Amino acid sequence: MSHHEAAHAGGHEDHRPSIYDPRRWLFSTNHKDIGTMYLVFAIIAGLIGGALSGLIRWELADPGIGPLLSLPWIHDVDAAKHFYDVAVTYHGLIMIFFMVMPAMIGGFGNWFVPLMIGAPDMAFPRMNNISFWLLPVSFTLAMISFLVPGAGEHLGFGGGWTLYAPLSTNWGGGAEPAAYHDGPAMDFLILSLHIAGASSILGAINFITTIFNMRAPGMTLHRMPLFVWSILVTVWLLVLALPVLAGALTMLLTDRNFHTNFFNPAGGGDPVMYQHLFWFFGHPEVYILILPGFGMVSQIVSTFSRKPVFGYLGMAYAMVSIGLIGFVVWAHHMYTVGMGLDLEAYFIAATMVIAVPTGIKIFSWIATMWGGSIDFKVPMLWAMGFIFLFTVGGVTGVVLANSGVDTSFHDTYYVVAHFHYVLSLGAVFAIFGGFFYWIPKMSGYRYNGFLAGLQFWLMFIGVNVVFFPQHFLGMQGMPRRHVDYNEGYAYWNNISSLGYLITAAGVLLFLVVLAEMFLVKRKAGANPWGEGASTLEWSLSSPPPFHQFNELPVIKPDAGH
Amino acid sequence: MTRSALFAAAASAWAAGAAWAQTGAPTDGAIHFQEPATQIMRDIVAFHDNWLLPIIVAVSVFVLALLLYVVVRFNRRANPTPRKFTHNMTVEVIWTVVPVAILVVIASQSFPLIIREEQIPPSEYTLKVTGNSWFWNYEYPDLGVNITASRLPDEDVEARNAGNPDAEHRARRLLSATEPLLVPVGANVRVLITSNDVIHAWAVPAFGVKEDAIQGRVNDTWFNVDREGVFYGQCSELCGKDHAFMPIEVHAVSRAEFEQWVLAQGGTLPSAQPAEPATEAAPAPTR
Repeated sequence: MSHHEAAHAGGHEDHRPSIYDPRRWLFSTNHKDIGTMYLVFAIIAGLIGGALSGLIRWELADPGIGPLLSLPWIHDVDAAKHFYDVAVTYHGLIMIFFMVMPAMIGGFGNWFVPLMIGAPDMAFPRMNNISFWLLPVSFTLAMISFLVPGAGEHLGFGGGWTLYAPLSTNWGGGAEPAAYHDGPAMDFLILSLHIAGASSILGAINFITTIFNMRAPGMTLHRMPLFVWSILVTVWLLVLALPVLAGALTMLLTDRNFHTNFFNPAGGGDPVMYQHLFWFFGHPEVYILILPGFGMVSQIVSTFSRKPVFGYLGMAYAMVSIGLIGFVVWAHHMYTVGMGLDLEAYFIAATMVIAVPTGIKIFSWIATMWGGSIDFKVPMLWAMGFIFLFTVGGVTGVVLANSGVDTSFHDTYYVVAHFHYVLSLGAVFAIFGGFFYWIPKMSGYRYNGFLAGLQFWLMFIGVNVVFFPQHFLGMQGMPRRHVDYNEGYAYWNNISSLGYLITAAGVLLFLVVLAEMFLVKRKAGANPWGEGASTLEWSLSSPPPFHQFNELPVIKPDAGH
Repeated sequence: MTRSALFAAAASAWAAGAAWAQTGAPTDGAIHFQEPATQIMRDIVAFHDNWLLPIIVAVSVFVLALLLYVVVRFNRRANPTPRKFTHNMTVEVIWTVVPVAILVVIASQSFPLIIREEQIPPSEYTLKVTGNSWFWNYEYPDLGVNITASRLPDEDVEARNAGNPDAEHRARRLLSATEPLLVPVGANVRVLITSNDVIHAWAVPAFGVKEDAIQGRVNDTWFNVDREGVFYGQCSELCGKDHAFMPIEVHAVSRAEFEQWVLAQGGTLPSAQPAEPATEAAPAPTR
């Protein structure tokens, strides 16, 4: 095969094919190239998902239905109402399945798990390839779903990322058939999520096998960097939770197309069963979104404090216990379905227990900094922003755990504020932190620290202005997923939309930072962060050789984490 | 919105506080719950304001203070040589045990509250609420009252407000319904909630009530309104295109007024004999 000959003809370089050779990407079995593709994919999906949230905040800036009507494909008020629901739905799905998960697990996981455990590559390089390439297929199906009829004549699925039955079914009946989603949009979405799930499960199996079998000599489980621990816990959650989602989606598919009645009460089914199945997946899913961020923050805090991680074992097993407890708290998402006193009491108690390992993590990060010699480089800014904002999102989670007050907060903007504090200000801050921590390693170039720092402050201010006022809207009772609102909610909605403009400026500046970095090409050494960066990836050149660790490194017992 | 509008909104909220306290509707620029109208909502507000809010603010401020201290004390200039400790049993035990204790305190308040919310007391009236896409159906099965309430169109809102300068009784866009639901003050009302199609949720913030309306299932909750007034709510489970356009408007009125309304709707009062033609003038209940 000419590909191999060409590669060998390249001599003793490192067998790295040209980046302009499409075969390098289409047929890639290299964990670093696949990681890069995941990151590029996540950035593109994030921009699309972020644009959708821009439409949402534009529409909600003032009472009344206005801005959406000015979109070229919206011809009447009904179309605008449906499109608002569609925008909310795909914003959530894209950010979760096509931005945060690909960035954290596919991107940083692929790049740095093998490097950190001293492995030459992932255990199943060709499975790694298909894990990635299923994702664009899935995303294409989601985009087709966006553009085909969903409810009646209206395009796209507008039932929220949770896809609750019966809204996501096509049974008709009732006074208003358009209340259901009789069009193919929902079917495309089911197929899209099935394929995204398959992609994630294949990736998860690959990570489990790699971490269990390919650690370098001396790299025991209890010597693995915490980022590897976080990925290990995350992929176990994926393997256990995603099949439940796949089952629920398959039941929806057969309910829609083959006249089964899993969720149709007229045929003996139960819509609430869908919610139980969905959230049995959905709650572990939110930990899937945040756990790799925990790992990245641990690496960053330790590096820039020039101090080993405080309470390493406690940190690792806090993540394990968060993962385990995460499977037994799902119904706190559905306190209002009428589950009764006993179940509510159980789910309150179980949910609040999660605050304990989470608190251990927060305080251990601070203890890692305590006594350190801290360099406030850009990744450290993101990590410290993460610690504080995740705390704020965490404590409102404790409030919501109490079903007594959740009666007031359920499905209001208080919930929207809570989960954006832990995800938009938690997971996304961790992703930016990880990106600015590792991009010199991945690209070989240093970025402009001033511009990147400015981006942090723009986004820190922006997202807080977007989401903090939403607590107030929720307390006043404003329900989520409403396209229009009474004038009594106007003030804080307006402020929130102003915050979006600041955040958007931050995102644009991020693209400028990226472009500037690749244009100016400042060389980054093997280790730009100094002695605090003690994990194995910093022992390699930047960027690392195409194939690393042809001779396995040996990890000594006294090696730091 | 301009800054002067902020001050105007805040000022009107304070100045009109006495009048607005009667109404269960959102106040622009407010940062708190709506004024409660049931003991349950008062309990929710008390649990949130006296326990949860102080605790979460204290925890957040504590973490922020630690971070700021670390920034000032342990930056590279202030502390050039990092220390190397990685364990301290004492603080690790403290930051495990203290959060557990805080959670036990929260639970001690949380469990009694859900018992009061979930255990429905003997009730005088039963109200059946049925969600539809996109309107509400209300029925007092024992009284023979059955009404349908959908969104009051914008032109009707303007028309009603044009002839009515009374701020208390003005119609509100997206909150006012074509038909108000009347409930008697001071009576335990048991609410049965279901749906004819997709899932909706019936919610009145001032009552501390929010329950899903689910096809094939009858959920129940209750309230006992302790003052007269107009209380608004909105559908609180995404139900499709017009999710934001199926408002809930509840008028809490005296018993006498409530009984008058029941009769006017063609219903019968519980004291009346069912067989007796007590209200021959009233039309038959429309179903």
